[in-house]
This record gives sequence, structure tokens and C-alpha cells, in this order.
Amino acid sequence: MSYILEAKNLNKSYFKKKALNGLNLSIEKGRAVGMLGPNGSGKTTLIKIAAGILRQSSGEILIDNHEPGVYTKSVISYLPDRNYLPKWMKVEDAINYFNDFYGDFDRNRAYELLDFMKLEREMKVTSLSKGMTEKLHLTLVLSRKAKLYILDEPIAGVDPVARDKILDAIINNYNEDSSMLITTHLVRDIERVFDDVVFINNGEVILSGNAEALREEKNKSIDELYKEVFGE
Amino acid sequence: MSIKFDDKLPIYIQIMNYMKKKIITGEINGGDKLPSVRELSTKLRVNPNTIQRTYQELERENLVFTQRGMGTFVTEDKQIVKNLKKDMASDIIESFISEMKGLGFSYDEIAEVVKDRTKKEE
Repeated sequence: MSYILEAKNLNKSYFKKKALNGLNLSIEKGRAVGMLGPNGSGKTTLIKIAAGILRQSSGEILIDNHEPGVYTKSVISYLPDRNYLPKWMKVEDAINYFNDFYGDFDRNRAYELLDFMKLEREMKVTSLSKGMTEKLHLTLVLSRKAKLYILDEPIAGVDPVARDKILDAIINNYNEDSSMLITTHLVRDIERVFDDVVFINNGEVILSGNAEALREEKNKSIDELYKEVFGE
Repeated sequence: MSIKFDDKLPIYIQIMNYMKKKIITGEINGGDKLPSVRELSTKLRVNPNTIQRTYQELERENLVFTQRGMGTFVTEDKQIVKNLKKDMASDIIESFISEMKGLGFSYDEIAEVVKDRTKKEE
């Protein structure tokens, strides 16, 4: 079996605080994986290491059999959990920016997605609502032909209609040649998109498996399982 | 086309049941083509692999068949559909009876209640 991401005994500390604590994780190619855990569980730290923004304190992580670096950045399309576009930009500028930056960016696909999301090219980035900003980011990220899409909280703080649009875009983007790693704590809205789920707490994987198999085995939805695992 | 999902059950089983009901009621006829995996996945907002699994399981139960490059079609064998209807009915009856037993009804009382209730409908 081939993996798009493999982490072995991964540790990351911020001074005394341990964000990742010997984390082990393998993600198969062509799967949509939900990474679930409460705030501060280590999800974003793991993602940032995978995306090459942070470096682990110890342990190993491989993306498509490479350590994070120039190659892995070229095959990962990463949606951060916060706004990162310069304020002066219009939507069209953001598309040009991505097009210049990434060789795998597909401008036509970006325009299609913009239409789908009902965003206009002339809109100013700063004038967008939270939901619209999220839609724009997702448009940019999904317009690349990446091997691994990493979406950090793609539906957080977004109204239910926009949420459905975003889910539609994610599902339409799904294909066998690429994998998706999606973090969320809004499990119920998105659980039907996942092939596999990984529960993370205190920087460790505490439960993982195929979403359907877990439903069958535990007789619970992933959302209920989440509440059970992380509930008091 | 939409399903109210109860995520406690595996999603593929829920979509299977949904399809089975459509086949039994004749909303989908023998020989009809089912939507493509991608189409249905978009419509129901469900992972395409789940839809794939649904179709595989339906095929294993001989309710649908795949034609290479053409798509997935509903069986034209009326007997299979008839049996399916019987099976689904007996599942419902089983669970009804066990619930009624749980409430302390005897078999005779259950039969009585059903008879009364159906008479009212007529």
C-alpha cells in the first residue's frame, strides 16, 4: 500500500508545551481523511509541519516519500485556517498571484469555481464576508492540481448555505489521484465526506479507522463518537 | 433526490435501502440506468467511495448490474424485485413484533391490534 503522508513518532514542543507527542499517522493515496480533535489538540501543528511551515522537534514525516521541502510544497495545496491574502488585492489579483506562484495552478478551473461560489473577480479581498473569504481561499486551493490537499477548518464560522457550497466544491474536487486531509471540529456537517477519520488529542492519535467501519462497529455516527471520545 | 441521513448507520446501507425502496415502488424500473457514482455523490454530498460501495453491494445482491463503460442498471428480473419486497416487509414486521413484545403484548394481542388498525383505514 502506498501512502501520501507518513508520520512516525513525531514530536513538537513549543518551549515546555508539547504540541505533538510521538504522533504516528499514515494516509493512503486517494482518500479523504478527516482529522478530528478539539482546539489545541495538535491538528494545526501537524499540518504546518506537513506543509513545511514548521519543523518537528524530533521524529519523521514523509510526504509522497519526501521530507518536507521544495518538492513536497509543490505537491501540497494547503488552506490555512486564517486569512493570508494581502489587503490591497482584488479576487482577480489573488488568482494571478496563485497562478504566478504555482506551476500546477489551473486558471480556468479557478474561474469555474469562482462562478460556482458566486464570487466576482472585481471584488476586493477586504470587502469579503467571512464565508466569502473562505470560499475564495478554497477556490484558490482547489484550483491547483496537487497530490495532497490540506484543508484546515474549511467550514468554521460559515453559514449553513455557504457550508453546503463548500462541501459541494470539496466533493466535486474528489478524485482518485489526490488525497485530502481535512481538519474540523464541526464533524456532523462534513462526516459523510470522509473515507477515514483520525481522532487527535494531546498531540497523539487516539483513534483512527474507516468511517463506515467505525459507524458499523460502534453503532454511532462519527459526530457522536467524537462527543464520546472528547466529552468529559 | 435527497435522503435524511441517520449517521449512526453506515451511509452505504442507508443509500442501499433508499435505492431498494425506489426499486420496489417502481419509481426506478427494471432496466433503468442509475445515476453515475459522481452524480449521486454530488447530489447527496457523500464521498464517491461510499456510493461506489453502495453500488457494489447492490450488485452483489443482484439488484443491479454493471455494463462496462455504460453504467449501472436495475435488474429486469421481476422475481428478484418481488423477493426484495418480501424481505424488506419481513424486516419491518420482525422489528414491529419485537417492539410490541417489548411492550408486553402477546402474539394474539398484536394480531388483534393490527386487525383493528387496518380496519380503521378501510
